[in-house]
Parts: sequence; C-alpha cells; structure tokens
Amino acid sequence: MDNSKKLRQVITASSLGTLIEWYDFYIFGSLATVIASQFFPKTNPTAALLSTLATFAAGFIVRPFGALFFGRLGDLIGRKHTFLLTLIIMGGSTFAIGLIPGFDTIGYAAPILVLILRLLQGLALGGEYGGAATYVAEHSPEHKRGFYTSWIQTTATLGLFVSLGVILLTRHSLDADAAKSIAKFNDWGWRIPFLVSIVLVGLSIYIRLKMQESPLFTELKAAGKTSINPIKESFGNKTNLKMVLLALFGATMGQGVVWYTGQFYAQSFIENVCKIDFDQSRTILIWAILFGTPFFVIFGAWSDKIGRKWIMMGGMFLAIISYQYLFKQLLQLSDTTNSIELVNEKIVKSDRQILSNSDTVKTVTNIHQFQNGITLSSTTKDTLYASGKKQLIAAVPKIVKTVGNEIYWKMVLIVFIMIIYVTMVYGPIAAFLVELFPTKIRYTSMSLPYHIGNGVFGGLTPFVATLLTTIYTSNLLVGLMYPIIIATICLVIGTIYIQNKIDPLVKE
Amino acid sequence: MNKLKKYAGLICIAIGPIAMYYLIITASSQIIAKPEIDTKIQWAVFGIVFLPIAFGLMLFGYYAFKGEYDN
Repeated sequence: MDNSKKLRQVITASSLGTLIEWYDFYIFGSLATVIASQFFPKTNPTAALLSTLATFAAGFIVRPFGALFFGRLGDLIGRKHTFLLTLIIMGGSTFAIGLIPGFDTIGYAAPILVLILRLLQGLALGGEYGGAATYVAEHSPEHKRGFYTSWIQTTATLGLFVSLGVILLTRHSLDADAAKSIAKFNDWGWRIPFLVSIVLVGLSIYIRLKMQESPLFTELKAAGKTSINPIKESFGNKTNLKMVLLALFGATMGQGVVWYTGQFYAQSFIENVCKIDFDQSRTILIWAILFGTPFFVIFGAWSDKIGRKWIMMGGMFLAIISYQYLFKQLLQLSDTTNSIELVNEKIVKSDRQILSNSDTVKTVTNIHQFQNGITLSSTTKDTLYASGKKQLIAAVPKIVKTVGNEIYWKMVLIVFIMIIYVTMVYGPIAAFLVELFPTKIRYTSMSLPYHIGNGVFGGLTPFVATLLTTIYTSNLLVGLMYPIIIATICLVIGTIYIQNKIDPLVKE
Repeated sequence: MNKLKKYAGLICIAIGPIAMYYLIITASSQIIAKPEIDTKIQWAVFGIVFLPIAFGLMLFGYYAFKGEYDN
C-alpha cells in the first residue's frame, strides 16, 4: 500500500472515532433539559444533587483524570489499543444511557446509573483526543504534521454539528404534527440519538481494529525505550513539567475559552439572551459550523509553512478585540424596540386547560410582527385556582422570537466569524502539542494540558458567563469578561514564551 | 527578551494568589447568599479545580523567573 493511501486510512480511522466520541459527549449536554426531566426531577432534592454532579463532575473533574489514566496506558501499551478502548467505553456508555428506564420507573437507580455512565463518558473523552492526535502525528511527515493533525481538529466541531443535526432531525420526524413530534421526542424520542451511537461506534471500531500501531511507538517499544512510569516522567521531571505548564497557560486555556465562546456560548446567547427560538438558534450554529469547518484544515496546513504560534495567537487576539462588538451586533439584530410593529398583523391566541384538581391554566399568546422581519411571541400562563386562592407571583411572559431571512443570515455570518477564530486557535494546536513532548511520554503529557485548557477553562465558559450575568444584571455582555480575560492572559504568555519553530525531531 | 520573560514570570507569580483570593471570596459570598446544595457543589468543584491551577501558574512564573524558558 502506498504511503499516502495508508495516511488517508490513518486519518479516517482516527478522525471518525474521535468525531463519534465528541458526538456522544455533546448529545448529553444538548439534551440536558430533557434528560433532567426524565432522570433528575427538580422536586426531588437527591436527584437534583445527582444532576449537578453529572453536569460538573463529568466535564471538569473527570476529563483530566481520563487524560492521565488513558494517557499513561497509551504510553505503556500503545496508542492503538488505548484509543480503541476509549471508543468502546464511550460508545457503550452512550448506548446504555439510551436504555435506562426513567426515575418514575426505577427510582433512584435511574439517576445513579446515568451519573456513572456520564462519568465514564468524561473519562473516555479524556483519553481519546490525545491518542488520536498522537497517532496521526506519529504517522505524518514533519512538513505536513499540521495539515494531517488538523483533520483530528475538525472532529470536535463536527461532533457538535452532527449532534445538533441528529437532535433536530429526530425532534421533527416523530409525527406529522410538529407539536406532537416534539412531545413524543421529549417523552421517548430523545433516546434515539443515544441509541444511534452504537452503530457509529461499531463501524468505527471495525475500522480502527484494522489499523497498525504508530510507527514511532513501535520503534520505541522494539528498542525497549518505552516509559516505565509516564506520569512520573511527565510531571515529576522539571524539563517536561515546564512544557506542560507552558502548553496550558500559553496555548490551551486560551484555545478552550475561544472554542466554547464561539460555539456553545454563542448559541446559548442567541437562544437565552436574544430570545431566538430553539430551532433557529441551533440552525444558525449548524450553518456557521458548516462554512467554518474547512478552515481548521486551512490553518493547520498553513501552520506547516509559517509555524503554529502566530496563527493561534492571532485567533486569540482577534477574539479578544472583537467579541464585545460581535455579541452586541447579535443583540441589536434581535432587538425589536426600534422597529415598527405591524399592528394590523397582531394575533392573540387564548386557551384554557382544566386540570384534574379543577384548577384552570389560562394561556394567552400575543404574536407581534415587526417591520424588520422579526416575529415575537409572548406567552403568559396563569393559574386560576378552583379554591379561589389568588396567585401570589404575577405570571412572567415567555418571549420567543423568530427572525426573517436577512437577520438570520447576518447572525450566521457573525457566528461564522467567531468560528474562524476557533479554527485559528484549534487547527494547529494538535501539531503544536505533539511537538512539545517526546514520544515515550507524549500521550500523557499532551492530554492533561489539553483537557484542563479545553475541558476546565473552556467547559466552564457558559457557566461562568451566565453566573456573571446574574451578578451584574444591567450588562448583558458582562459574561464575555471571562473568555476575554483568560484569552488575554494566555495571549500574553503565549506571545512571550512560546517559540515559533516547528520541531523536526518529534521522534526524540 | 529574556529580561521580559523574567519579569513576566514575576507577574504570573503574583496572579496566582490574587486568583486564589478572588475565588475563595466569591465562593464564600455566593454560598452565603444562596446556601443550597447546588451552589455548594458548584463552588466546591470550582475550588478543587482552580486552586491547583492557580498554584500551577505560580510554578510557571517561578520557572520563568529562574530563566527556564530563556532562549
């Protein structure tokens, strides 16, 4: 088999598996509300506690532990078998989540099982990325390392893309009537994206089983030079530890916040702050990802020519100086206060539903049309108690906006620009990390700073940003302070301390 | 450039304790304001994760100050 064909197979096998792992990880996050209603009822404090643990532990604590556990294994027994194992654990856990009966059926066993499986997902993800990036890099010629590893870099974003696509498709295809389809999805259809995973994982395992071990690792093993204690050598040795710290503070923490702000926080901001409806807020992201993804490969390949450093730092710099402006544009585009309302087109819908306890729920929906193409629907639910008791808190209207074509595509453009920043910081970073560490401890050494940077600093972005908006309520853009501050510190450290040379001796 | 690396290292050493202090103060005030189990877990996780990272930043600064990253 010629070399380029073999390389294509290496990239396909590695990227497909990593993409599926990201898909598996994201569907849980994307379906958090539905999962919470099935397994973690808010009325039950223990279940709610388990829900908080599932959210925080898997994303922020378990991923770095997965990086250490599987990184060590990968440096001891090899890359191929380790990232095959992470794929099996991830796929098995995801499939199993889709099979667990709800809290109403098996009680506390349901949230406990979901928590355990979510922790396994976090562990597996912690081990997957480092293995795939290392495996591809160790097959690549030095002058194309950035290009080949950039295919691995597309997988996190594409995993998000596929998860959003599968969820939207399932949500709308369970019944001809849209409302009934959504109701069925919330009842049992949410399980489909989880169950589908087993087919994808099975296919990926089949492909990966056919692959050979990385040539550099094989060579090292044959010479008896593999590490005996990768964790000690990675973090107990000053020469290597200082590189781990540089990778974290000079590259991955900035990359993490730019990655999550441009995708997760942008989508959450459009849905929760701009009040754009569920489907549109997701399809805006889907289009932006579709247009933006090729740039991972473009910047990865470019980094082979001009070095990794300035592309990554450039992405961070652009993000820092433009986030406020871009998010402000999103707010202005969705604003109806300065647009003329088409009063004649106003629709009022009213509905009354009598509950089993004889209370009545009155729902009033006002639909307003605006000249700028926005449709604003304001729904108020009021309970009329049969006992005559008065409602103590006034009902708060739920606002949902649907935007017209022009505003829709302007929003896609804004999110696309943010995804370009993501591709700049993320496209070359696998090659950069691989080149920082020697083969015998590479899997362990690169996995930890990556998962602290991406999982902890990046994963926390939506939480910290939302937290800031609850503390400083008058400023809707205050949440951006977190990614801007972290990216600024990282940019300064990266600019001063990181060298721009491409290491040709990745073998050493 | 090496001088700049050295002085920037000192700034990193200083940022570590400032970040730790800010984290502990914010966590305490948030838990006092909303003493629910969710808030406690959330801030406990932030503490467990970020305090060692802040220590790592100080260590990075120390190495930089000692000239470990010099050209």
